[in-house]
Amino acid sequence: MAEEVLLLGAWASPFTSRVELALKLKGVQYKYSDEDLNNKSPSLLQYNPIYKKVPVLVHNGKPIVESQVILEYIDETWQGYPLLPKDLYERAIARFWVKFIDDKCWPALQKVFIGEEKGREKAVEEAYEVLKFLEKELKEKRFFGGESIGMVDIAANIIGYWLGACEEATGVELLTREKFPKLSNWIDEFVSNSVIKENLPPRDKLVPFLRHRFGL
Amino acid sequence: MAEEVVLLDFWASVFGMRVRIALAEKGIKYESKEEDLRNKSDLLLKMNPVHKKVPVLIHNGKPVCESLIIVQYIDEVWNDSSPLLPSDPYQRAHARFWADFVDQKVYDASRRVWRTKGEEQEAAKKDFFESLKTLVRELGDKPYFGGETFGFVDIALITFYSWFYVYETYGKFSIEAECPEIIAWAKRCMQKESVANTLPDQKKVYDLLW
Repeated sequence: MAEEVLLLGAWASPFTSRVELALKLKGVQYKYSDEDLNNKSPSLLQYNPIYKKVPVLVHNGKPIVESQVILEYIDETWQGYPLLPKDLYERAIARFWVKFIDDKCWPALQKVFIGEEKGREKAVEEAYEVLKFLEKELKEKRFFGGESIGMVDIAANIIGYWLGACEEATGVELLTREKFPKLSNWIDEFVSNSVIKENLPPRDKLVPFLRHRFGL
Repeated sequence: MAEEVVLLDFWASVFGMRVRIALAEKGIKYESKEEDLRNKSDLLLKMNPVHKKVPVLIHNGKPVCESLIIVQYIDEVWNDSSPLLPSDPYQRAHARFWADFVDQKVYDASRRVWRTKGEEQEAAKKDFFESLKTLVRELGDKPYFGGETFGFVDIALITFYSWFYVYETYGKFSIEAECPEIIAWAKRCMQKESVANTLPDQKKVYDLLW
């Protein structure tokens, strides 16, 4: 049966970007459909009735939702570029850091950039605590995945690209090279990677979008 | 090398129970170390420096944290019997989605049911039952979320059953009255040795909070 892969996404969403990145790394051909999140399509509501969110991967008519679930599905379905390590223990560690990024980093960053100004100092301190763990986890590696990009690097796209865009949009400085030398180097590697940089939303479109979203 | 499996746990933790059920399903021998959560051991702080939480599975000296990640790890390492996740990638994605739904929706609402009062509690009760009813629709006619066999999603959810008396008493409702299918499913799971031997008595959990 001819392979049919459809991705419902939102161009400014880091979660959508994760899925695109994974598909591109695997060399999977897919169709992309951009959603207006203020006016969700009947397809989206049909494919993701529980959360009504993007991204949704539809593979031969069957939907998979939640970016982390989608990434694991992509890794298991298409061979070639491995997103997760082969070693079972390293795999559990990778899953741990992906969950850490989603459960701790994402909310911490939101508090810094979307939260009120009076709470900002505290939000920044809390974000530092979270980022310190990732700084430590990088150790001397080029990527979280080692020599090449893996699932943790893909999940960390919020730090790799969106964080910088948020800093530009709000004027709030969070991740400095001084405080986070390893993460800063990792960010440089991330955005200069050939597959990644082709698939990020353009900065000059994303920054005004975020500014608008933050009500600035 | 002799296999060494240690579990850092707390008897009333719904997350720790998930790991114990998985270990029991696989027939894995392990050493259990009970933590006093008000006075965490040096070992726990060393093995889970990021979250400082239970459960932690220590396999040949190496720690794995986060209950669903541990259960997947157990399933992948001890893969010769009693599979906890399906082998088909789409079914696996399905299982992961619903286990995550339990964490995102059931856990949060259940916590608010017994920890809040007034309007906040009413909202929590509504969310709690909505999440259970969504799960009931997913269960449908199947004996287990895993289909014919007990699996990943069943493990993720069944541990909350040990806290049902807490939710019902604090929330002043009957889960059986609102959602009989969940009780029927839970009782079916409780017939499994791995579940019955793991889940503490509901009243004992209630007494812990009192």
